[in-house]
Amino acid sequence: MTLKTPIYTLGQIELAQPCCDPIPHLQIKNLSVSYGLNTVLENVSLDIHKGCITALIGPSGCGKTSFLSTLNKLSDLSFGAQISGQIIFEGRDLVNGPVNVINLRRRIGMIFQKPNPFPLSIRRNLDLPLKEHGVKNKKLRLQKIERALKDVGLWDEVVDRLDSSALALSGGQQQRLCIARALVLEPEILLMDEPCSALDPISSAVVEEMIVKLREKYTVVIVTHNLAQAKRVANYAAFFWMTERVGKLIEFGKCQQLFEQPGHELTAAYIAGTKG
Amino acid sequence: MIKIPIRHRFPNHLLDAIINIIFFVFAISCACLFLLILLFLIKETWPILAGNDVVSLPSLFKSDGWYPLEGLFGLNPMILASLAVTLGAIILALPIGVASALFIQFYSSPKVAMFYRVLLNLLTGIPSVVFGLWGLTELVPLIASYQPPGASLLAAILVLSLMITPTIALTSTAALSAVPTEIMLGAQALGLSKKTQLLSVVVPAAKAGIIGGTLLATARALGETMAVMMVAGNVVQNPSGLFEPVRVLTANIALEMAYAMEGHRASLFASGLLLTLIVWLLVYLAQRVQQTSIRGIRS
Amino acid sequence: MSDRIFALVVQACAALVVAIMIWVLADVVIKGLAHISWEFIFTEPQNAGRSGGIAPILVSTLLILLVAIIVALPLGLAVAVWLSEFARQGSHSAQQIGITLDVLAGIPSIVYGLFGNAFFSLYLGLGFSILSGGLTLACMILPVFIRTCQSGLNAVNNDWRRGALALGMSRASATWHILLPAASPAIIAGIILGIGRATAETAALIFTSGYVDRMPESLLDSGRALSVHIYDLSMNITGGDGAAYASALVLISLIILLNTLAQTFFDRWFSKRISTI
Repeated sequence: MTLKTPIYTLGQIELAQPCCDPIPHLQIKNLSVSYGLNTVLENVSLDIHKGCITALIGPSGCGKTSFLSTLNKLSDLSFGAQISGQIIFEGRDLVNGPVNVINLRRRIGMIFQKPNPFPLSIRRNLDLPLKEHGVKNKKLRLQKIERALKDVGLWDEVVDRLDSSALALSGGQQQRLCIARALVLEPEILLMDEPCSALDPISSAVVEEMIVKLREKYTVVIVTHNLAQAKRVANYAAFFWMTERVGKLIEFGKCQQLFEQPGHELTAAYIAGTKG
Repeated sequence: MIKIPIRHRFPNHLLDAIINIIFFVFAISCACLFLLILLFLIKETWPILAGNDVVSLPSLFKSDGWYPLEGLFGLNPMILASLAVTLGAIILALPIGVASALFIQFYSSPKVAMFYRVLLNLLTGIPSVVFGLWGLTELVPLIASYQPPGASLLAAILVLSLMITPTIALTSTAALSAVPTEIMLGAQALGLSKKTQLLSVVVPAAKAGIIGGTLLATARALGETMAVMMVAGNVVQNPSGLFEPVRVLTANIALEMAYAMEGHRASLFASGLLLTLIVWLLVYLAQRVQQTSIRGIRS
Repeated sequence: MSDRIFALVVQACAALVVAIMIWVLADVVIKGLAHISWEFIFTEPQNAGRSGGIAPILVSTLLILLVAIIVALPLGLAVAVWLSEFARQGSHSAQQIGITLDVLAGIPSIVYGLFGNAFFSLYLGLGFSILSGGLTLACMILPVFIRTCQSGLNAVNNDWRRGALALGMSRASATWHILLPAASPAIIAGIILGIGRATAETAALIFTSGYVDRMPESLLDSGRALSVHIYDLSMNITGGDGAAYASALVLISLIILLNTLAQTFFDRWFSKRISTI
């Protein structure tokens, strides 16, 4: 089977300094999450490094998504969520301190498992968040929208139908639109919750290629079930496992190291495919 | 690329906090509307409740009869009439309503079912005064030709059952459609006839929803004023036969409020208070029934 | 009883309901058409309504309805938004408020009439007026409207809610720009339900907006609603049946017309702000 290769062209995401000095962007200390009496995550400590891609791997139900949504305080929405521990962002504690969540979520963007473009036009999907964050100048907004759409390689595909509904796009296009919607706010950190799992293989490959490009400029935390994908894109990997129905962080380290010389037998078994 | 700082002109989280408070106050005041209604009903009934007037609370329920000019305010005939009319309407409307729901779910093509549902919805939208008008000019003469005077308990029951049948039919349809298909398939696998499947498996499974809908319909029947008043004859007497005219509580309020003073007025408000308390009980029961059914499905 | 007989019984019940429904509607249409004319709609009633028309009554009906909608619509929407978007999930006060609304929705309209008479007409001193009638109706339609809108909002795809908040949008603008337009079918259904109930209501109006059938000059004038007019003609006026039926036909047509208007108007308004195709 031959694939017509250049179906998508991704824009040039501006390069920052070569990646991955281990400067912590987010420091998580002893983080525990519970819903009511159910503890879903216990005592997680790890650093998310600036400009790197950190992959969270592990079987489903072990608290990876809960972990991700504490980072932008979206877990506040869940019924009865209790969070303890610390998340240090720029010297301030997101868990205990007073936080302006609206500003926080502008700086820490999130991509969901299922593409969730708003039932608005393509343009308005990006325009609305910009307006919301006080970009009054219409020309500037248009520039930013064009740039974000080019960054995710969507511009050429939708330039002639910017005012038609975003829901008419294909699944892969919708997910790239959602990524553009997060990028247009120029966040520093991107949280991605299995961004490729609802997509077909070709769209999935394109989104993955894009994530690699994001590495240069953004700090990315990505939840994935696809070990091969984690191996291809990530600099760091964190392995979560569930013991006695409570999610725990088993191992955290450089991605290559975790895959080639796992320090824990559970990790080794999971990677080898004998567990989970 | 030049990075343009994004700045908030107005702090959005503050906006959220302000709107939260304002809307919360609105929500609380809507709930307080109930308290306000109770408060004003009690305030107007107070002369009776305090018992320092000619009318006392027990005398409302004694069988001296309703003679406002002589200061006798016995509500019993009206209470009995209200109960009789409501009970009769439910007895008629419940089987027809459930049968209508079975028709929609199991005995009709999708197109016919759709048409029938639209019709039922239309029926719920017809003003009660129109039903009253129809009952007064069509139904009452019809009954009178069989046995005068025509305006009677029976006429009230017929008109009222027509008004609440759609409610029971629509809520029962919703309850029936929520019955898991496995239950139906299981009954089929046992080789039961369709009638037995429906009557001894499906309808019992939807029981809670049907009862809940019926309780709400009961509240509506009890509170209906215009249609009943227009066809029931409005003679204050204990209901003794289907063809005798009766006066229900709601009709009594509507007929006499215009000129009621003092104790008379207070006793009318007392009957309003009584109706409110009964409705409160019915809604509470309906919610209990529906909650237990939700728990039953989950377990 | 065999299967076939049971099927016949079920179908007979359904047919019975259809037959009576057709009987009622045909009755109103046939007898109404016999008495109705343009003159009927545009002139004042004479001889206690036996002859003449219903012009001032139509005006009063629309004014009462207008007051009720203007009060109930924004207030109800705000409460529905608070209950489904702002209240914490599982919040105790939200639950209590919801239960109270259900009780309010079940209270008989005649009791709303008693309350309106005691509170708006006497306590607030509005007297028998279009204003007290409209406010009473607003109280009456509020609970059902709130519950309908709330269930519409609850049914909106939660991914949009999470997506909007994850972008750092405020709850207020997420609701305004995305959730409310997405819940528009339920909101429109609630508006239509409210208009229908308010237009059809009689018992709550007799002691709040009153009987007077002159053309109202202000909202503080008493005004007779169409449904009250039908009641009065059929019960208290001998020889008023023709006019009563014509008024009933006007009332039903008015409800259908208002529903259609509400549907198209709000559809347009919402679809300007949302595009799904």
